[in-house]
Amino acid sequence: MSKIILETRGLTKHYGGVHALEDANFILHDGEHVAVVGDNGAGKSTFVRQVTAVEQRTSGEIIFDGQPVHFSGPLEARQAGIETVFQTLALADDLDVPSNLFLGRELFKFRLGPFSWLDRKTMRDRTLEALKTTAVKIPNIDNPIRNMSGGQRQCVSIARTAAFASKLVIMDEPTAALGVQETAQVENIIRGLKDRGIPMILISHNLRQVFDLVDRIVVFRRGRIVASLRKDETDGNDIVSYITGVKGGSDTAYA
Amino acid sequence: MRLLVKTFLQKPELAAVLLLVLLIVLFQVLSNGIFLSAANLRGVLGLLPEMALVAVGVTLLMICGEFDLSVGSVFALMPMSMAVLMAQGWPFLPSVLVGLMLCAAIGFANGWLTIRFAIPSFITTLGMLFMARSLTVVISGGFPPRLDLERIPEHLFVAFVGPGELIRASFLWFLGLALVVSLLLSRTNFGNWVRATGGFLPAANAMGIPTARVKIACFMICSLLAGFAGMIQVLRVGSPLPSMGEGMELAAVAAAVIGGTVLTGGIGSILGGIIGAVLIRVIDNGLVLSRVDSNWFKFAIGALTILAVVGNAWLRKRGRAMKVEG
Ligand SMILES: Nc1ncnc2c1ncn2[C@@H]1O[C@H](COP(=O)(O)OP(=O)(O)OP(=O)(O)O)[C@@H](O)[C@H]1O
Ligand SMILES: [Mg+2]
Repeated sequence: MSKIILETRGLTKHYGGVHALEDANFILHDGEHVAVVGDNGAGKSTFVRQVTAVEQRTSGEIIFDGQPVHFSGPLEARQAGIETVFQTLALADDLDVPSNLFLGRELFKFRLGPFSWLDRKTMRDRTLEALKTTAVKIPNIDNPIRNMSGGQRQCVSIARTAAFASKLVIMDEPTAALGVQETAQVENIIRGLKDRGIPMILISHNLRQVFDLVDRIVVFRRGRIVASLRKDETDGNDIVSYITGVKGGSDTAYA
Repeated sequence: MRLLVKTFLQKPELAAVLLLVLLIVLFQVLSNGIFLSAANLRGVLGLLPEMALVAVGVTLLMICGEFDLSVGSVFALMPMSMAVLMAQGWPFLPSVLVGLMLCAAIGFANGWLTIRFAIPSFITTLGMLFMARSLTVVISGGFPPRLDLERIPEHLFVAFVGPGELIRASFLWFLGLALVVSLLLSRTNFGNWVRATGGFLPAANAMGIPTARVKIACFMICSLLAGFAGMIQVLRVGSPLPSMGEGMELAAVAAAVIGGTVLTGGIGSILGGIIGAVLIRVIDNGLVLSRVDSNWFKFAIGALTILAVVGNAWLRKRGRAMKVEG
């Protein structure tokens, strides 16, 4: 088995009295694509927010690339090599596509504290390149994101992730808002990542897609991980019974 | 029509420019040609930097998604503290520096309180409006100190300069500062971060933008510009009045909004804020020249502000509709 790229031990997040994530033990190997599934409110996005340090965890350990990590914020996680497509698309509406792709890691002509001059041309060229490799079509990349359709925005977000992907990619429901064609496009980007050997966590409600794309499926239920199954040892019905609590876990008793 | 909507959408300050041109022509006719005379222009342009510098700061802050109602009070507090220090024998430059540091501190406090306690900046800076105004009155001791003009390098700030002595030196300060802020917003990563922070805060956070620092920086720039503008006014008038700058905060917001800045943040331009400020000056002056009862001034500014917001909202809706149409 290849080395472990991400491991969480006892990862826990409480929002006041809400136990959104409880004692999550999760392992991802290098090059592996894992799906995280579960009902609305099961704690999937919460899990992502802890790993990417968008929020600080209540307790537990995160080991990334062999080292225990305590990222102080999402920028550090990105610098360590974790690229994420957040569920609430993390795009700045009022910036154009290149500015969005490079948000937080801008390229400069020269640096002078806050007066660091943006190198717009290089950013623009690299953006066009990135969009080309991901086969995403955006009519005019100089327009603010605000004026683009939901699908186009989503594609920008995914292109950003794919372009900068280095050690780990996380996508939280990347195709939720997409049409048939765009969904196919995103799935192709994901296959591309697999070919490049980049490990990924895919959060999706679409079981067809999950079985199509990943190696292993992890089921969240009410803030806990209740199953972790290789694709070939399970099927849709099996997964659904874990999601709904028919199988696995003791807290299945509710009307 | 389509093209028109599109152009206006991309350049929200364009509508204000058109209106400005229209008004200038109108006032020129109504005033029998006095409006564009050198003497009148000198008056208009001489006062403009004070209002416009405040508007520049407020515009920047609004793009960042926050408000500052304390600018009018800071406008008074900075020169008052400077004048008090000078009355105690301090030289000019150190007094200015202390005054500006005070502004920076107020801006920092505005930002820090707003973020730390997650309160609307509308409230934080409303509190600061009263506190800074009160401080101004207190340190003036009731009798505003006269500035000893001998000890002030006046020519650097308020002397008339340029061809035909049309503008004051303050105008050059204004141009320089406005250019710097403008470039900061449009050409640097700080500018991108400001728009991202103002446009959709959670996204900016998730991308790791230090949004708290960005906001505090904007609050500080806004306060500094307001204080500097107040200083210019006092150097022009010769004595700080505790009541100066009252009502300026709302005029500055009006200027920003008239220039196309959106109240929810993210969208807007420094140029727009400046054009808004110019419009307000032009209306003020033009009404007087055309012998309209000057009490209509505030009515006109109010109407214009509402019109600007309604107009911009309509444009954006049209813009979206066009997108849906394909
Ligand atoms: N900031 C917060 N404060 C309080 N409760 C929260 C917060 N964020 C999430 N929660 C709660 O934590 C639980 C898990 O939410 P989470 O967003 O992780 O669910 P999810 O599995 O991603 O669901 P979905 O499929 O709908 O995206 C929910 O009950 C939610 O209401
Ligand atoms: Mg979610």
